[in-house]
Amino acid sequence: MLLLIPLLPFIGFLVNASFGRRLTKRVAGAVACGAMILSFVVSVAAVFRLLSFDPESRVMAQTVYEWITSGDLAVPFTLRLDPLSAVMILIVTGIGSLIHVYSTAYMHEERDAEYARYFSYLNLFATFMLVLVLGANFLVLFVGWEGVGLCSYLLIGFWYQKKSASDAGKKAFIVNRIGDFGFVLGVLLTFVRFGTLDFQQVARSLANLGTETTFGTVSVITLLLFVGATGKSAQIPLYVWLPDAMEGPTPVSALIHAATMVTAGVYMIGRNAVLFGHAPLTLKFVAVIGVATAFFAGTIGLVQNDIKRVLAYSTVSQLGYMFLAMGVGAYAAGIFHLYTHAFFKALLFLGSGAVIHALAGEQDLRRMGGLKRDLPVTYWTFLIGAIAISGVPGFAGFFSKDEILAKTFESGHTLLWGVGLLTSLLTAIYMFRVVYLAFHGKPAAAPQPAHPEEEEPAAQAHAHSHLHDAPPAMALVLIVLAAGSVLAGYVGLGGRFEHFLEPSFAPQTAKAAADGGTGMTLMIVSIVVAFAGIGIATYYFLKNCRAAAVMAARFAGLRLVLQNKYYVDEIYDATVVQPIRIVSEDGLWKTIDVRLIDGAVNGVGETVGGASEVLRRVQTGSVRAYAASLLLGVVLVLGYYLWR
Amino acid sequence: MNHYLSLILFEPLVGALVLLLVNKRNEDAIRWIANVTALVGFVISMPLWFWYNPSSADFQLVERAPWIPSVGAEYFLGVDGLSVLLILLTTMMGSIAVLSSWTAITDRVKEFYIFLLVLQTGMLGAFMSLDFLLFFLFWEVMLVPMYFLIGIWGSDRRLYSAIKFFLYTLVGSVVMLLGILALYFHNHTVTGVYSFDVTQYHKLAVPFNLQWWVFLAFFLGFAIKVPMFPFHTWLPDAHTDAPTAGSVILAAVLLKMGTYGFLRFSLPILPDASRHFVPMIVVLSVIGIVYGALVALAQKDWKRLVAYSSVSHMAMVMLGMFALNPVGITGSIVQQLNHGISTGALFLIVGIVYERRHTREISEYGGLSKVMPVYAAVFLIMTMSSIGLPTLNGFIGEFLILQGVFVASKAWAAFAASGVVLGAAYMLYLYQRTMFGKVENPKNERLTDLSNREFATFAPLIVLAVWIGLYPAPFLRRLETSVQHIMTRVDSQYAQAYADCGAGAPTAAQIAANPAAKFMASMPCDANGNPLPEKK
Repeated sequence: MLLLIPLLPFIGFLVNASFGRRLTKRVAGAVACGAMILSFVVSVAAVFRLLSFDPESRVMAQTVYEWITSGDLAVPFTLRLDPLSAVMILIVTGIGSLIHVYSTAYMHEERDAEYARYFSYLNLFATFMLVLVLGANFLVLFVGWEGVGLCSYLLIGFWYQKKSASDAGKKAFIVNRIGDFGFVLGVLLTFVRFGTLDFQQVARSLANLGTETTFGTVSVITLLLFVGATGKSAQIPLYVWLPDAMEGPTPVSALIHAATMVTAGVYMIGRNAVLFGHAPLTLKFVAVIGVATAFFAGTIGLVQNDIKRVLAYSTVSQLGYMFLAMGVGAYAAGIFHLYTHAFFKALLFLGSGAVIHALAGEQDLRRMGGLKRDLPVTYWTFLIGAIAISGVPGFAGFFSKDEILAKTFESGHTLLWGVGLLTSLLTAIYMFRVVYLAFHGKPAAAPQPAHPEEEEPAAQAHAHSHLHDAPPAMALVLIVLAAGSVLAGYVGLGGRFEHFLEPSFAPQTAKAAADGGTGMTLMIVSIVVAFAGIGIATYYFLKNCRAAAVMAARFAGLRLVLQNKYYVDEIYDATVVQPIRIVSEDGLWKTIDVRLIDGAVNGVGETVGGASEVLRRVQTGSVRAYAASLLLGVVLVLGYYLWR
Repeated sequence: MNHYLSLILFEPLVGALVLLLVNKRNEDAIRWIANVTALVGFVISMPLWFWYNPSSADFQLVERAPWIPSVGAEYFLGVDGLSVLLILLTTMMGSIAVLSSWTAITDRVKEFYIFLLVLQTGMLGAFMSLDFLLFFLFWEVMLVPMYFLIGIWGSDRRLYSAIKFFLYTLVGSVVMLLGILALYFHNHTVTGVYSFDVTQYHKLAVPFNLQWWVFLAFFLGFAIKVPMFPFHTWLPDAHTDAPTAGSVILAAVLLKMGTYGFLRFSLPILPDASRHFVPMIVVLSVIGIVYGALVALAQKDWKRLVAYSSVSHMAMVMLGMFALNPVGITGSIVQQLNHGISTGALFLIVGIVYERRHTREISEYGGLSKVMPVYAAVFLIMTMSSIGLPTLNGFIGEFLILQGVFVASKAWAAFAASGVVLGAAYMLYLYQRTMFGKVENPKNERLTDLSNREFATFAPLIVLAVWIGLYPAPFLRRLETSVQHIMTRVDSQYAQAYADCGAGAPTAAQIAANPAAKFMASMPCDANGNPLPEKK
């Protein structure tokens, strides 16, 4: 049954990959969506079965076969469903199905073959993502981990004729590989330390060990694994690929780069909660990186003009919150935020997709405005998403973000809490800035098509006067996700979500909740901050746009730094990429290989050749000369023996 | 059955002799005969997979007859798990190479196929020989056809490259011959018998100072063939100028001669020297991994890039081998197969467009995904195989190697893993420059996608890549006893542990605490403490 969950999308992939070029869009789309929805149905059935078990023994496992056995290394291909994976498969198949349906309309302008190729990648992604969250040991997880990376690469570069798209895909893959470098070493060290790669067995063998107060093996393992997480989940210092990944089609950004794949690092820490729990030093590091990323990305998000880039930095920032939660040991809160974030961030991305679709590829906020009237469904759903992420009470984001901040405060990390709170102010500001710039105000001039390959006269004819709101398939998905963005948070009321996940994070049971007074105060502070953020955005970007311009002029330097993303890409290029390029080409290849080694080899060749040239002269053909040298030789040999 | 190995060995040579009789103008007949010969060669070698008994540690399907009685040389063939897999790789890649040349070779067709088939016999003989002199004979036999393949059917600087290849390898093999002779005379001193019997050499306890010299002699011969840094510079030239079939065979099989030599001769015959030289080999391998990858990153010639990637990958193979533990050696052998599959395929891939465009300059291409979608998909799969994506073959080999190396030294493993990052960089950079973007060069607009014949050359490689990636167990099982044999020779602790197998395996914690026990961890015991060979 468990195998069926990833297998169904895989079948969809096989169909579309093999016969896609001969299928019509309708069939290709139906196969892909059908596979996903079926997978969702099976997932729901599996989770219901899981729920029928005792809370303490909620585990289902299926060993498909023995994958690798060599020496003492034995890795079975095992899938395991526990409460944590249950949450994940529901997100992946649920949100995944919605985004598949949305894509049928969004990608409709592609040629048949391209359409099928798109859906085959999307199905393949779902397969690997499900393997990732169901895998029972590090290597099966790694299969999914690398597989989603491949699909991400393919989908970011889906419009491969665009240089920026293929660049972004390559960057994503290579930056992730840098993270994997750490991850693989972490896995190897885990095996050497514990003799197994199975998550449960690792957790079990840790049961008798105390936590590491100094920087020991477990700390090293967890730190290396976390390096992998910074790659996959776009945290400092490896976050740079995610904003560029927005080159991919927008539904891809929603599914892979917001709701599912980028949360894999958070999931991985949750999966190894016991392991990380034994390394408090690593956890502290995780929390600091998380909150730093959250704040850092939030500031960049404030000034970006590309609607998808704002959302991308917002995702990086929200992922930072999740890592903050993991780092302070509030695993359930982190996963809870992962779950609510999947709804509202997918919603925001798909909403931006509807805008981009309506404007024939326009992504620049400065060329939008006043879309509220023409795109009512998109506007209202997008607004709900913005409210949810800002942390307004009653919406999904409020529950989860508030819980993370509360847990951070309770665990005594007041400074981290403060930065987190400040970030939540930034979140509300940048999100409502987008809402106001895109949907309110006056319509900008007729947009220029941004996709060069879509330069058809028909596309250019799209003027603001007759914009179309999202077509039915897209509108439906937006509405479902909007409902989710409101309601998803209520699952967590009364600690039910946390309680459900507890067996996955055991044996560390949740600490006693703080007394009501502190909790209430914290909550009120969060609410105030959220509304303050919205208020600031309303003042600068709706009521008094000139004030925004004045601010921008006064802090021109800061704004430039932020708009250029702190020049991190440039710094990486100057300190890593260019040196490698120069050393490889001029140093290693042209100097060592060609000049030094080959020079030596050819030198030997020439010397031998030259020597032969000299020796050749000896062969004069004169019998007298030969006789003389013969005589000389005899004399020398005889002389040698006589002398001895 | 008794002459089964000889049948596999000489079948290509018989095909070559038949070709001699065919009129050289009858090119299609020549092509058909060559293809049938190579394919039949592959088919008749397949039973080897089933007939080889992985639970026996002895050499199997042995054939033995006097060859040059006056010096004690014998016609002595036999296989173990290592050679079975390499022989199958050879027959398969041989038939793929022949098939790939159908339209690529139009000049002196007859001679081309004769050389290719003779080469095939030479390679098979080297993998089957258990007589050192016979091995050396086949080793030298391989050199000549390859020299002509590069020199006659090659491109641009073919003569320079062919001679460079020839001289480099010849220097190595002359020195290797000295090593063989030293062992030969030593064996005579000890046993009083003149013999080149390798299985007998495997039982010798050669004094360390002799081991030291012989190891270096063998090292030069094998390291040039692998090729290890800094003996690698013949490879980019030879690969670049060789015709496609030549590059495929060179990458897939000929390079394995070096690693095979280390596994078959250096490690078991010279165990003490092998351990002694671990630091040297490790340093050269680590340099090779990083250096090969970085230089590959800088290449502008498609084939040269793949050639340098070979340097990096083969260095990884050497590193795994000299971790000197079972997982590392197993990974090293699996990675040899993987390298044969993926790099062989990558050379085929270059060959496809080279045949259409007659240029290897990467900048001449771009946007091929659009005009050749099937080709692009095959290239993508092989790129992923080469960079070790899980579920494909490369990952299994790389992970086993890393695992083995990690147990030996964490620092080495970190260096080796960095090669994995760089591998992704140069391959994806190549893929982007050739496959992605717009078709800007008008000459590329009309390129045709893979023909059925061309697809047929890739199909078996894709199947194997997925098979080894998803279900490597049959391969690993066939390697178990061969690896154990090498381990018991090269590591006395391991041999001791193997003997006391009943004592039970140490726990992971003990290994962490006591690095000396690391080899015990790899002890071939099952959970009940029984030695593995008895396990069914």
